[in-house]
This record gives sequence, C-alpha cells and structure tokens, in this order.
Amino acid sequence: MKFGVVVFPGSNCDHDTFHVLKSVLGQETVFLWHQDSDLQDVDTVIIPGGFSYGDYLRSGAIAKFSPILESVRRHAGQGKLVVGICNGFQILQESGLLPGVMLRNAGLKFVCRHIYLLTENNQTPFTAACQKGQVLKIPIAHNDGNFFISPEELAKLEENQQILFRYSDAQGHVSPAANPNGSLHNIAGVTNRRGNVLGLMPHPERASEALLGSQDGRFIFQSLINGKYH
Amino acid sequence: MGNTTKVEMTLDLIERHGLTPQEYQQIKKRLGREPNLTELGIFSVMWSEHCSYKSSRSHLKKLPTEGPSVLQGPGENAGVIDIGDGSAAVFKIESHNHPSFIEPYEGAATGVGGIIRDIFTMGARPIALLNSLHFGPLEQASNQLILEGVVAGIAGYGNCIGIPTVGGEIHFQEAYGHNPLVNVFCLGIAPADEIFLARASGTGNSLIYVGAKTGRDGIHGVTMASEEFREDSESKRPNVQVGDPFLEKLLLEACLEAMQTGAVVGIQDMGGAGLTCSTCEMGSRGKVGIAIELARVPQREEKMTPYEIMLSESQERMLLVVEKGRQEEVLQLFRKWDLDAVVIGEVCEGRNLTVYQEGHKIAEIPNSALDDEAPLYDRPALKPHYLAQLPRWQDLDFPEPSDYNTLILEMAGSPQLCSRRWVYQQYDHMVRTNTAILPGSDGAVLRLKGTSGGLAVSLDGNSRYCYLDPRMGAMLAVAESCRNVVCCGARPLGATNCLNFGSPENPEVMWQFIQTVEGIARACEVFSTPVTGGNVSFYNETNGTAIFPTPVLGIVGKIDDLQKRRESYFQNPGDQVYLLGETRAELGGSVYLEHLGLPLCGPCPAIDLAQEKALQEGLLDLIDQGLIESAHDVSQGGLVLALAECCFARKFGLHIEVSTALRPDHYLFSEAPSRIVVSVKKERESKFLEGVSGLSVSKLGEVMNQSFQVSVNEQTLISIPIESILQVWNSSLEEIFER
Repeated sequence: MKFGVVVFPGSNCDHDTFHVLKSVLGQETVFLWHQDSDLQDVDTVIIPGGFSYGDYLRSGAIAKFSPILESVRRHAGQGKLVVGICNGFQILQESGLLPGVMLRNAGLKFVCRHIYLLTENNQTPFTAACQKGQVLKIPIAHNDGNFFISPEELAKLEENQQILFRYSDAQGHVSPAANPNGSLHNIAGVTNRRGNVLGLMPHPERASEALLGSQDGRFIFQSLINGKYH
Repeated sequence: MGNTTKVEMTLDLIERHGLTPQEYQQIKKRLGREPNLTELGIFSVMWSEHCSYKSSRSHLKKLPTEGPSVLQGPGENAGVIDIGDGSAAVFKIESHNHPSFIEPYEGAATGVGGIIRDIFTMGARPIALLNSLHFGPLEQASNQLILEGVVAGIAGYGNCIGIPTVGGEIHFQEAYGHNPLVNVFCLGIAPADEIFLARASGTGNSLIYVGAKTGRDGIHGVTMASEEFREDSESKRPNVQVGDPFLEKLLLEACLEAMQTGAVVGIQDMGGAGLTCSTCEMGSRGKVGIAIELARVPQREEKMTPYEIMLSESQERMLLVVEKGRQEEVLQLFRKWDLDAVVIGEVCEGRNLTVYQEGHKIAEIPNSALDDEAPLYDRPALKPHYLAQLPRWQDLDFPEPSDYNTLILEMAGSPQLCSRRWVYQQYDHMVRTNTAILPGSDGAVLRLKGTSGGLAVSLDGNSRYCYLDPRMGAMLAVAESCRNVVCCGARPLGATNCLNFGSPENPEVMWQFIQTVEGIARACEVFSTPVTGGNVSFYNETNGTAIFPTPVLGIVGKIDDLQKRRESYFQNPGDQVYLLGETRAELGGSVYLEHLGLPLCGPCPAIDLAQEKALQEGLLDLIDQGLIESAHDVSQGGLVLALAECCFARKFGLHIEVSTALRPDHYLFSEAPSRIVVSVKKERESKFLEGVSGLSVSKLGEVMNQSFQVSVNEQTLISIPIESILQVWNSSLEEIFER
C-alpha cells in the first residue's frame, strides 16, 4: 500500500502522519506538494491536519482551489481511497467530496484532549480491522469540529451507514456528555456515499504509538493497509 | 546626510525618545556630530533597557554560563546545549508583559511568535512551547478578561503554527493586576554541528529580507517596554503588533530549508526594534559594516519615512546574510513558500550601519555604538524598607482548622491550586507527536524521534517567596524547576531565565534584582545547570507600584531511556507511598496562610542547596534502578495538596497515617522545599528502602481505590471521596470562565 500525504502551506500534522505510516507502520509513503498535480501513483491519499492557508476565510476554504485537490478529486472519482483528518476533513467538505459542514465548537474554544470513539460500521476499508462497536481512544484538537448538516441529509447518512465514528464515553455510550464539540448525532467521522472517502476530526496519527498513550489509531491505518473491502 | 527633514533636537524630543540628556551627549560624542531624527530613533531603541540591558548587564555576568554541555551561551538568539546523539537542544524564554496588558490576545500571540523565531533562527526545529503567566486575582472581571485573552492568544498562535504548548504555570497575585506577566519559552532541536548564528560576515554578501511587509505597527514597542505604565497606557494600543502565525509557519519551513542550502551565512529575526536591531546586531557581532537601501524594503503602507521603516516592529520578518552569487537560489526557495523576499543591502567594509533611501544616505552609525558600547549603568541598590516590617507567621495567632475536609475542598478549588485543564485543553499539546508526558504532571517530556531518549522541561517561579527574600526565592525557583525535571526522570542540563521586575531606577527594585541574580547564580552552580540565555523585563509597574520580584526559571533535562520517564501521579492501587525529604514548619509565603486571609508573612522557606542536590541525585538513581512508580514534587499547598494531585489522574484514593511533632496543619500545609512524594510497588519496597539510604525518608501510606484519608498522630483529619476533591479541583476555572 502506497500512501501520499498532502502538504499545504500551513499543514502541520503532515510530518506526524508521514512518521506513523513510514516509520511506525513501514509503508511506502510520499509527500504530495499542494502545487503539484501528480499523485505519484499512491493508493491512498491522506489530507492531514493543520491550518491550511492559515484557515483564513474559513477552515479549508482556500485549499480546495489548489492543483493537488483537482487530482484528489479525480482519484476519489476513480473509487480510490482518500482520508481527511481534522483540517483535511474540513477541506474535503469544502471541496464537496464529503457531506456536511463544520461549525465552531459548541464551547467556542479550541479543544485538545483524548476522547473515545464508537466504531459504528466496520464493513469499510477504513474500519475493517476494528470490531463493530469497538471503542477507540484517540485525541482531538480543533476549533471547528461541530459537524452540521440538514435533517434530510443526516437521515441519509444514517440510512446509508456513512457514519463510521461517533463520540462516546469509554464504555461506548453515545451521549451529549460524551460530545466534545456539539456535533449532530455525535458524528466524528463520515464517508461519502460511495464509501471511498473518509473524513474524521480525531487524529489517529497521534494515537499510534504506546509512548503517546494510545495505539487505537492504528486500527484505522491497519484497515487501509490490509486492503479488505477494496 | 541625505534628504531627511531637518528636525531640531530639543530636550523634549530627546526625552520622548526615552533618552536622558547625558545619553544624548554620548550619542553626539560617538557620532562626532548631532544625530538626525532617524538616527535618534535608532539610538533610542537600541539604547532602551529592553535592547541594551543597560541596568542589568553588569549583574548578569555573575551567572554561570559555561559547562561541558553548553554549545552556545548568552548573547545569541537562544542558548544551545549538547544532548548527545549529535543533537542539540536550543531554548530560550522571553517576556511579553507590557503588550499583553494593553492587548492581551495579540500581546501574548506575538510573544509566542517572537520566541519561536528566536529558536528557528538558530537552525533548530521548534518542538515545544511553555509559558509562565501571572495575573491579578480572578475575583476581578478585568483580570479574567486578561487571562482569557492571553490564553486565547497563546493558543491561537501556537496551535496554528503547529508547535505544541506542553506546560507552564499560572499564578495570581494582586501585584499583577495592572502588570500581568506573560513569559513564553520555546524549545527546539538542531544538529549539534549545524547551529546558525546572528552574525554577518563576508564583504559583498547579500542581505535578504523575507516575510511580512513593513508597516507602521509597533513603532517604539521596545521603548514602551522600557517605561512604567501610567493611567493612559491603554492609549498605547497601536504600539502592539498583530501576529500572523500562518505567515510565520511559512517562514519557519522556508528558513529551515534555506539553511540546508549552505548559502546562508547568518540569520536574525526582526523582533523588538525591527530592522534596526537585526542589522546593527549582525554587523556588530560579525565586526563588519552593513549597508541597506530602504526603498527595497517591502512596505505595507504608503509614504513611510526612514524613521518609521527602521523602527517598525511588524511581525514575522527575517533578515538573512547570503553568500554572494547565491541570492537567486535562496529567493527562489522563498518564492516556493509564497513569501516576499528581496535583497535590501549587503555586507560592506568598515563597521558602520549605513542606511540609504533612493541612494541618499539617511543614517550612518558605528554598529558597536548601538550594541556593545551601549550605555552601562551600575544603578544604586538599597534593601527595601518593607523587609524590615514583614510580619512573621509564627507571631500570628491562627487556630488549627476544625474541619479539614472543607478546608481541602476549598483549597483544591482555589484559583491558585486548582487544575489548569481549562487552559491547557485550549492548547494543542500533542501536535508533532512527541509529547510523552501530557500537561498536568511535574514537567513536560518530549521524545526525540529516532532515539530512545527525550527531554524534560519545567518553568517555575514563586514570586511570594521572592518578595519575602529575593535571593532565597530565586534559589527556590531554580531548585523547584530542577526538581520537577528530576521527578520526570531527567537529568537537568541547562537553564534559561526570565527576570521580571519593577523600575531599575528605584534602588529597592535594583536591590531585589541583584539579590535574585546572585541567588540564581549560586543555585545554578550547585545544580550544574548553566544559564544559556534569558531575558530581563524591567519597568513592570503601574502608577508607581511595582510587581513582586519575579524570576522564572526554565530548566531542560535529558532522559536517556524514555521507558524510565515518570509521571507525578500514582499508577496502581496498593503501591506504597513515601515522602523523600523533611517536613519543617515553613508557612511563610504559603498558599495556606493566603487562603486563611492572613497577610503575606515571612520568613520565606529556607533551602539547603546541598541537601536538595543530594535528594535529586538520589531520586534519579532510584528511578534509574526502576524502583519508583511515580514522583511528585511538594510545592504550593504543601504535602496534602501534593498527595491529592497524585490521586487525581487515575482517580485513586489514598490512606495516610503519619505522626509528627508539628501542629497538624503546619505539617500538612508547610511549603518546606526539597520534598518529593514517591510511590513504590509493594514487592520492591525493601529494595527501595535499601536504595534510599542517605536520604531522609518517611512512610506515608498506601494508594487505595476511592477514599482520600489522612490521619495525623492517630487522629483521622481528612476522610473524603477523591471524586469530591477532583470535582472541585477540575471544575474551578471552568466555573469562573464558562458561566
């Protein structure tokens, strides 16, 4: 499995994601510069977290105009895999590759801490290594992670099982108390209708080494590496 | 001189530039003529206290600055120590106090931006930020607003640029109501043999300006930082600059990349005193001349005068000296990062800073007159009168508390002692995936990717102690910072300090300053932590009232094997809890007495540096042998608060039984230094007891499941579910700020 990590001006989780894929998981991994359009034959594109273009105007709003995003759109259009983490998720929403928008966190403050995620659907290329209902401990770090969408579209997401992760407590109970940012239905991660593009606010690359307090993020990367459902 | 408008040098003009008539005479002597307005402006910023250290330089020489691991001591943008494996730690602390009072968000944000530039200017990749914050009491809404703004500013800048804010400290004291302190620290990593210096050399080499355009913001910022505040200080808001962390992120990446080309000879950021400071310091250090053409400087506003361009403190700008003939290569690289970069001048013969506009000479000043030969004062010092009148806590009549349970809940929920969670969750403290001990422990621990080791860092100060006895307080600050690093399992290697004081023109403040420096010098010698740099911030006073003398110490230590790192909190129920060190009744300056509403009393707790050193060495040895599960320094709030803190992270309880000749509250809330709470696995207890020989050690009790129970002399004084204490401890700041 060959991974490509996109680098925008202002990306700041690019090196962290690269480190996990390359040094921890031993995968062939390359950086993809925002002004290039060559995806270098990668299997999976990862758009990492950060503040692309300073998040000026709106998180992810400027990144969608970059040359690399055109190629990512084509890549996704061919049914190949794309993952957006945090700012990457916002960029994919802005680009129209993923549903919904992100509002400011309900608490109106940046939140950085470990949270728990309930894995809702493990029949996907992103979660095949998880058990259904598995609880993952992975940190979040964002200002705008309050997932919002119209009731009709929300119903469709639920119906199509596009919601892969919801914020929960350590036992997997999904409740308002376990919701760190006000996201509708505690949504932390969703796919597109076709199921080949994932966006998630938590940072699996920050939870892939024992030293950092959790290795649960590896389940997501391992699912991609195993290549099931794809 | 060229087309500068002729301005008459009146006494009033000179005074408005923060210069004394004597200093003006010196300027004339150095130049051999009257300065013009631009030159006066240049002298005024370079000879300001902030840039010249004119009141402190002679005393700072007393600090130990050399040691086997020091690669770069004071005098550069940051200090550098060797950490093995061919790597170096680059670190420094800076204050941004005055701007943060006037405009808390931007003041704090640009403080963070400035210290980050200091680190990457040395060729280091910044890996962590910490901060030490002092505010007035939170009962006042104005102080809440300042804190909220400062925290948001630190978060806004650090989070966006992607450098984790991993630790720090927050203190509250009336004295900081109109003079909050915002001290920011940054740590970076560089190859030990690829450190870059802020020196110009090589006649004909190019000066490249890169980054933000120059605007009219921040003109005379350093002069402002070198004055006391008066009622009208809020009208100085236009002096505070606005930060752009995104631009700085681009600068950071681009500069580190440019340094890899081999074409960069020297590099300096434009911080305080902007283009003036960066040009003359690089010239002076390199003993060369510098010539610049202002027409080439990218400008944000129209019709800027040479005076304004030279003195602007617009943020996110860097100056590089690049090898002749290789400019295009470097400019190309900056363009790749969408940055404005232009050649604005060159290194030349002689030793002058020469400024041209459209080819006309506007200013010409010997570099050294601005840097090394700036005025130096040996200001008079006088022991403050208040010290003779300090009440002694032993003379106060306060009864033993009747209800310890209530007292513990109140103290744990007080702003002074409560959890800082509400603050550090606003900071991205995990980005870069090196944070091996998260905020809330004694020190922050950062792993060094590609090695088995890591670095521990702590920032500490206690201004109440320093008010009572500046020399002792300074030694306590060094000791506590080292102790925190040691509790993580790291060996302290180097120090940086930020010295926050009132006006040096007040002899009583000067006395506090000298005592503090001497205290730091003495302690840093004992702990073998040379001071590799730092910052002095004077004039922290408003309407004639100075802050407490406030030295903040930053200590960096090394852990060779990260598996041996230790958190401050208990790890397993059933572990045995011991206290290393002795508890004497030391209540002077304590949070306990403050909580009882008593006046600030002496004496300051006393420290025996040799004993402290033995304790730290002993603990490092025990940790190295794998005998310690957790280690937590006893500080503000005393033993009982330290014990509660050990329980919080994993919601453990505790059962403690001790006997003491002291009054129980004196024992429980004493802030006697040189004490560490450790927990030990039961099966390793006998080995541990063999290992501690030579240290003072007493058994306290055992880690339990839920109840926090403390008995003194066979009487149960505290019995309360840990959940109850945790609840008030965790929610205190949330309740103040989120209601």
